[in-house]
Amino acid sequence: MKRLMSGNAALGEAAILSGCTCYFGYPITPQNELTEYMAKRMPESGGVFIQSESEIAAINMVLGASVAGARAMTSSSSPGMSLKQEGISYLAADELPAVIVNMVRGGPGMGNISPAQSDYLQATRGGGHGDYRTIVLAPSSVQELVDIVPLAFDLADAYRNPVIILGDGMLGQMMEPVDFSDIKKPKDYPKDYILTGAENRPSRMVRSLLFDTKEEEEHNWKLYRKFQRIEANEVRCETFMTDDAEIVVVAYGIAARIAKGAIKRLRQENIKAGLLRPITLWPFPSKNIVELARYVNDFFVFEMSTGQMIEDVKLALSGRGHVNFYGRPGGVIPTPIELARIVSRHYYQTQKVKRQ
Amino acid sequence: MITVKIDDERCKGCSLCVEFCPKGALSISDRLNMKGYFVVSFADEKECTGCATCALICPDVAIEVFKN
Amino acid sequence: MKKIYTRPASLKEAHFHYCPGCGHGIINRLIAEVIDEMGLRGKAICVAPAGCGMLVYNYFDIDTLESAHGRGAAVATGIKRVRPDNLVFSYQGDGDLAAIGTAEGFHAANRGELITVIFVNNGVYGMTGGQMAPTTLKEQITTTTPSGRNPVSAGHPVRVCEVFSVLDGTSYLERVAVNSPSGIKKTKKAIAKAFQHQINRTGFSLVEILSPCPTNWKMSPIESFRWIDEVMTKQFPLGVIKEVKC
Repeated sequence: MKRLMSGNAALGEAAILSGCTCYFGYPITPQNELTEYMAKRMPESGGVFIQSESEIAAINMVLGASVAGARAMTSSSSPGMSLKQEGISYLAADELPAVIVNMVRGGPGMGNISPAQSDYLQATRGGGHGDYRTIVLAPSSVQELVDIVPLAFDLADAYRNPVIILGDGMLGQMMEPVDFSDIKKPKDYPKDYILTGAENRPSRMVRSLLFDTKEEEEHNWKLYRKFQRIEANEVRCETFMTDDAEIVVVAYGIAARIAKGAIKRLRQENIKAGLLRPITLWPFPSKNIVELARYVNDFFVFEMSTGQMIEDVKLALSGRGHVNFYGRPGGVIPTPIELARIVSRHYYQTQKVKRQ
Repeated sequence: MITVKIDDERCKGCSLCVEFCPKGALSISDRLNMKGYFVVSFADEKECTGCATCALICPDVAIEVFKN
Repeated sequence: MKKIYTRPASLKEAHFHYCPGCGHGIINRLIAEVIDEMGLRGKAICVAPAGCGMLVYNYFDIDTLESAHGRGAAVATGIKRVRPDNLVFSYQGDGDLAAIGTAEGFHAANRGELITVIFVNNGVYGMTGGQMAPTTLKEQITTTTPSGRNPVSAGHPVRVCEVFSVLDGTSYLERVAVNSPSGIKKTKKAIAKAFQHQINRTGFSLVEILSPCPTNWKMSPIESFRWIDEVMTKQFPLGVIKEVKC
């Protein structure tokens, strides 16, 4: 049964259905609808809702709820995400599960409230201190947002690591029909590390201060081995019309939907364009790009920023093929026609060069 | 008879117990512990009334008091 | 052999890392004694700060989480909301609570979170070497107020209990000091009462404990005890600042 909902609200419902019992949020456009939805629905479902005094307090409440054994979530938008970075580093260091939502908006600084993709590096490289990674999931529709929420909670519990859902203002505020029936009751994950009071058991401590450098080093390599497992097992991406593609656009989230529109137009002009859409931004689908590079020479990275994911594309290709870029930062929303024209112009210029 | 048990290795020679003992039954000795502090010693059993002020004031929980 | 005084069961065997004459050691012991006497070992969850008090998880034989500097009240909020039947307390220093963690402490108090904050006020940042804290007194010399704290440029010492007392969510605020046998006994009673307020769900409770820091005050332990009486308590008067019916 489908319901017409905004991305933010749908995300809230999906979280509750995924067993999230604690939500801590702070007002910031363009994600307010999620906080407001949780303010109503979380108490109804017997869970905890707090509008915190800051995004810093919210992420630390998530840490507390998580170490106490609950599935906890917070959400914000770009400036608020910057405030949460310290907390995210502590979640990773303490190996605690948590889901953090970023509806990205135009930046840097105050920026604006329009959708953007300029937090890619903050999300995938980690904006906090220390060697840690966060799994980053990038949905490109409200339905996929709903499908990704239970996955985010499961990955967080399975790997005991913070997971970031990277959306944007458009994805959060636009409305699309969604169906929640695929969300199953969450599996039980071992919770032998949580703090419940040392009743008839030895006391536990959860901490990330390791004065002894050898201990801290080993802790880092232990986390590193976890991240390697994630990179090996959790990559997700979608390909669209790439089988016979001569030129492949690489785009994620809302930009990928714009790219699909552009690709359909290009195909009408007999330009064989395709799309590779990373769904996990970390771990990045490097192997999938390298595979395409076996027969594709021309890659077109399209982002709503001045170009951040392009670094991962170049890293994956390490010199193979040509990597072109088209981006519109600052909250501008490019149109499919616009991208189609840019790609076709590039296509014909390179064809002319080939013919000469 | 009161026994004041002092854990030499916990004592840091802060001498608060010496200050606050109403009977002056404690004093800093010339013995060093592993951390290099001159540790306190329970010199004068006769005077001690078992009030345990020393244990109360000790910041390192180095003192235990028993009555036998 | 009848025991008059022995180590509390809720204290681990580890030696304290605190400096000679430091008040943290006394406070840690008092908390452990109260936990023993109130039978809370299976219920208590401690949130440790960043600062001299951060190693309490090596000393308290209870479930303990180390929080980022200043975030203890927010972390404790998250824990308590998930586990309302546990006794949750946040152990924080003056820098942790009254500087970087002001918003978290203030708003936890304002929401009336059913947690207890054990607030150790020793007037300086101890672990990092004696810098000015929000509770450093006027003209007090610290490594960042080398010629004495000048309120014009560095502000005034903040009285946390009084500030929090106007927040309706607070139910019990008391300031005590561990610089004398009677002060230590009062501190223990205050901690027990704060925990009782939490158990009775009356609201947010905080015990502010004036605590000696001989190393960074550059005094002997006994001189630091006297300094608390003669100087510190003038700015930070002892006593129950606020208490609703328990």
